[in-house]
Amino acid sequence: MRYIPHTKDDIERMLRVIGASTVDDLFASIPEELRFEGSLDLPSPISELELLAHLHELGASNQPQSHASGTLVFAGAGCHPHAIPSAVSTLAGRSEFCTAYTPYQPELSQGTLLSIFEFQTMVCELLGMEVANASMYDGASATAEAILMAQRLTGRSRVVAAASLHPEYAQTCTTYLSGLGGDPTASPRSAPQGREDRDPLVQVGWDSSGALDTQGLGRAIDDRTAAVVVQSPNFLGIIEDLDPVCRAAHAAGALVVSACTEPLALALARAPGDAGVDIAVGEGIGLAGPPNLGGPGVGLFAARGKKAVRAMPGRIVGQTLDAEGRQGFVLTLSTREQHIRREKATSNICTNHGLIALRFTIHLALLGQSGFRRLAQLNLSKAAFAAELLCGMDGFEPAFSGPFFNELAIRVPDGDADAVVARAAVRGVVPGVALGRFHPGLKDILLVSINETHRREDIQRLAKSFKSMG
Amino acid sequence: MEFPKDLRYTKDHEWARLRDGVVTVGVTAFAVEQLGDITLVDLPEVDSQAQAGEAFGTIESVKSVSDLFAPVDGKVTAVNDQLEDRPELVNESPYGDGWLVTIEVDGSDLESLLDAAAYTELVAQEQ
Amino acid sequence: MSTPDTRVLLVREAPIFIQSVPGRSGASLPPCDVPQVEAADVWAEGLLRRQAPGLPEVSEPEVVRHYTRASLWNFNIDKGMYPLGSCTMKYNPKSADTAAAIGAFADLHPYQPDSLMQGALELMFRLERLLAEVGGFARVTLQPSAGAQGELCGLMMIRAYHQDRGHPRSRILVPDSAHGTNPASCSVNGFSTVPLKTSDDGLLAPDEVRQAIERCGPDDVAGIMVTNPSTLGLFEIHIAQIAELVHAAGGLVYMDGANLNALMGRFRPGDAGVDVMHYNLHKTFGTPHGGGGPGSGPVGVTEDLAPFLPLPTVEQDPDGKYRLEHDRPRSIGRLRAFYGNFGVLLRAYAYIRELGAEGLKQATDMAVLNANYLRVGLREFLHVPHPDRCMHEVIASDHDLKSTGVTTLDLAKRLMDFGFHPPTVYFPLVVHGALMIEPTETETPQTLDCFVETMRAIVQEAKDHPERVKSAPHFAGLKRLDEVTAARKPILRWTPAE
Repeated sequence: MRYIPHTKDDIERMLRVIGASTVDDLFASIPEELRFEGSLDLPSPISELELLAHLHELGASNQPQSHASGTLVFAGAGCHPHAIPSAVSTLAGRSEFCTAYTPYQPELSQGTLLSIFEFQTMVCELLGMEVANASMYDGASATAEAILMAQRLTGRSRVVAAASLHPEYAQTCTTYLSGLGGDPTASPRSAPQGREDRDPLVQVGWDSSGALDTQGLGRAIDDRTAAVVVQSPNFLGIIEDLDPVCRAAHAAGALVVSACTEPLALALARAPGDAGVDIAVGEGIGLAGPPNLGGPGVGLFAARGKKAVRAMPGRIVGQTLDAEGRQGFVLTLSTREQHIRREKATSNICTNHGLIALRFTIHLALLGQSGFRRLAQLNLSKAAFAAELLCGMDGFEPAFSGPFFNELAIRVPDGDADAVVARAAVRGVVPGVALGRFHPGLKDILLVSINETHRREDIQRLAKSFKSMG
Repeated sequence: MEFPKDLRYTKDHEWARLRDGVVTVGVTAFAVEQLGDITLVDLPEVDSQAQAGEAFGTIESVKSVSDLFAPVDGKVTAVNDQLEDRPELVNESPYGDGWLVTIEVDGSDLESLLDAAAYTELVAQEQ
Repeated sequence: MSTPDTRVLLVREAPIFIQSVPGRSGASLPPCDVPQVEAADVWAEGLLRRQAPGLPEVSEPEVVRHYTRASLWNFNIDKGMYPLGSCTMKYNPKSADTAAAIGAFADLHPYQPDSLMQGALELMFRLERLLAEVGGFARVTLQPSAGAQGELCGLMMIRAYHQDRGHPRSRILVPDSAHGTNPASCSVNGFSTVPLKTSDDGLLAPDEVRQAIERCGPDDVAGIMVTNPSTLGLFEIHIAQIAELVHAAGGLVYMDGANLNALMGRFRPGDAGVDVMHYNLHKTFGTPHGGGGPGSGPVGVTEDLAPFLPLPTVEQDPDGKYRLEHDRPRSIGRLRAFYGNFGVLLRAYAYIRELGAEGLKQATDMAVLNANYLRVGLREFLHVPHPDRCMHEVIASDHDLKSTGVTTLDLAKRLMDFGFHPPTVYFPLVVHGALMIEPTETETPQTLDCFVETMRAIVQEAKDHPERVKSAPHFAGLKRLDEVTAARKPILRWTPAE
């Protein structure tokens, strides 16, 4: 076994030094009746070439977007893959970054710590916030943790959420919140009867523009509201006006949590922090890439204010000096974390998604100020072109009138978006995500995501794929 | 280690000074020695209620967090705002500028707390 | 033994922002082949960005040089040994890197139709079964993103189980030697923890558990969280008995699977009464730590707990096709969007397939052999609280060095000067000044000899020249960093000079 160096001689010598006769002796402390006898029912070992052959065979029944196969994929809905330049993988693939451990010993980890410090800086810049952590697992858990943080800061428990928050984010928040019955002071003994009876998120729907119904929001917020949760661009692809949302929430003493699953939009759209958002979260997988079936991603998490820093979950890197006055970086404010506070921790989170955060950081460094903006404009332009082309077709129309970035919700004829998807599949196109899988009331909507990997002729192919064959 | 004789002490290493119906509270030099460099002190709001023996805040060093326990019942009348920017005051002057809160008491006294001699004894036993 | 002076190749990099020169860019973008649209043309003014985000302006070679230099100042497994207890820092196979780069997997979008991702679904289906076999469980969820999230998931399932029976319970028994995520996961779930004292023999005693159950009062024990081997590196010999006690009280047994590397092919937790256990793919199954993540924390459960598994699960239809199942009414719900850290799952699958049944057992056997070899070497000059046996890790402490004034922290910092990453320090809390040392199976006996000799030399130096140890590290390029000021006056981002 090539990863395990011990020869027969090594083993014999080591056993002698230990004073044991056989390797079995080393497991003598396991009571006899608990010992596993025989072999695990697993396949036998295989060589590298057999392993890769097997994986390629398995992979043959996957059909991602690819020039080789000609398959086009126009799916977004929370995962917005972009083209990732080669240098990202070259750099992030270095052993020094990949096989490194968490930077608990800063003298040995300045590479990791420096890059996280840069990541934190970039996240603050993108989201318009004062402080960001070293990343969370993903956007969904970051949103859930943001709500828990808002509850801690306000001492309140009620949560008002836009119905246009990604449904899987909303479900994740519900799962996290129901761990506490939606009330951090409640004990499991006071848990209610059925899960359906109690949704910890009070939902506010959207209006015909696809944006949050601000009147509904006003009715839903009260002095028990800890957090108002909104997504922009929202799940329907619409850019939200966060300023009035923040005004309404703050007037009632509630905090605003905003989520962004397509951070590229922030090259052109108003930063959440500028609009008054208190805790901004996001998903960076699209810019860190590749999509990997949606994971691992990287959760962006940022807030503002002195109190916020102390209440934030996750790791944080800070700048400091060594004993001889040289600049260096360390993990700091660790007293918020589980390894010190234990049951009083702000969260149980232990890891960050360091390597994905690194990829995100490197990509943004390569794009730079102007490249980031130009990439966003490319996406905006292509999506506008697609909208005109697709909605110019008989029976297809924009589902909402509001502004969008690189994703648009299209209402299909005959009310069956799944049928459109099935038709397009025959032509090697995944035309978008049919929303019926999330909301039965949305089964007539196809969510189409366009990006810089889609050439003009690809978008034309997309339009063609909407029509039946023959 | 010597402890000021004009103060009273709790078993959780807070000190208390009573003057004109108001008790000033802090942590002892022994507590500070155990904690190390203080990085953060989390204090209650003015006008909140303190309860004897209950935690009213926390004090942190780089690698630890400890609860602060109120020595008496009463209303918190003042909080040492300076500690927000300069938590090191607790290390530098635990009985002076590093005070934590003042609590207004209703006629009660500090007799039930440890005097300097008893506290010295307690510390000797802990070491 | 040489004292490497590594300063020559270490470059003190500052944050990349300071290299910005307006107009520089490392971007490569295709031209716009459609009519160009400006945001100002299509969005209301109030929605527009006022100030561009402050990203650096640098060319590609500058980016590459910056991160290459930064990377050099990073200890990593490919450079040297990390004897970090409970972290299982084993070699990360490069075949997994190749596997992870296969576009047919990496480029998959999560919302492609099931029919277009059969290979990925099959991989997850098979991985579940492989992990279930290793642990002795009926089903495994691949959803949790990390061990800590796996714990959260496991405790949520325990909670759901009791609620489903109409008897919600509020207490979880947790040993005082437990990892901090254990009690934290309890409180996030609204449970209160009941501490269990570790006995002098370093183990959990059935009597201690029995008494704790009695203290809880009738019908309030939701369960117990155990780590096996314990964080002291010892096999919990009473685990079956303890499981019975907890089951008799109506509770469930959660096992923290962080130390699974000590058990593969030798013991299956599911066979001993454990109801739910999380795996750490980034520990036991060699997926890269990535400087802090991503990891993956699948959770194995008994048949009784299967209804509560998070969404989605991967199922196989009678016609052999695989699909994602979302319709599970008693599920605890979703822990995340999409389907788990697939990129990590794929690597773990590759690892398990390459090693096979024999390889996993050999990994465990050699991990335990290596740790015992270290134990016997170290106990000659270091205090080892349980000197006569250990599993895959051994605990030592600075107890015998009290008179020198040299602490565990000092030993750790001095060890850096000799090309080793320090072991885990000051954990578990039940041993004062603990050093938790786990070599894993991928280290050679020669490396272990070098480690033991280095430790011996440092301990001697602590007696002869304590100030040299106390002022370490000497060759790391940095002296000890001021963590106090970092906490008092946090600087958490780069800011342009005024």
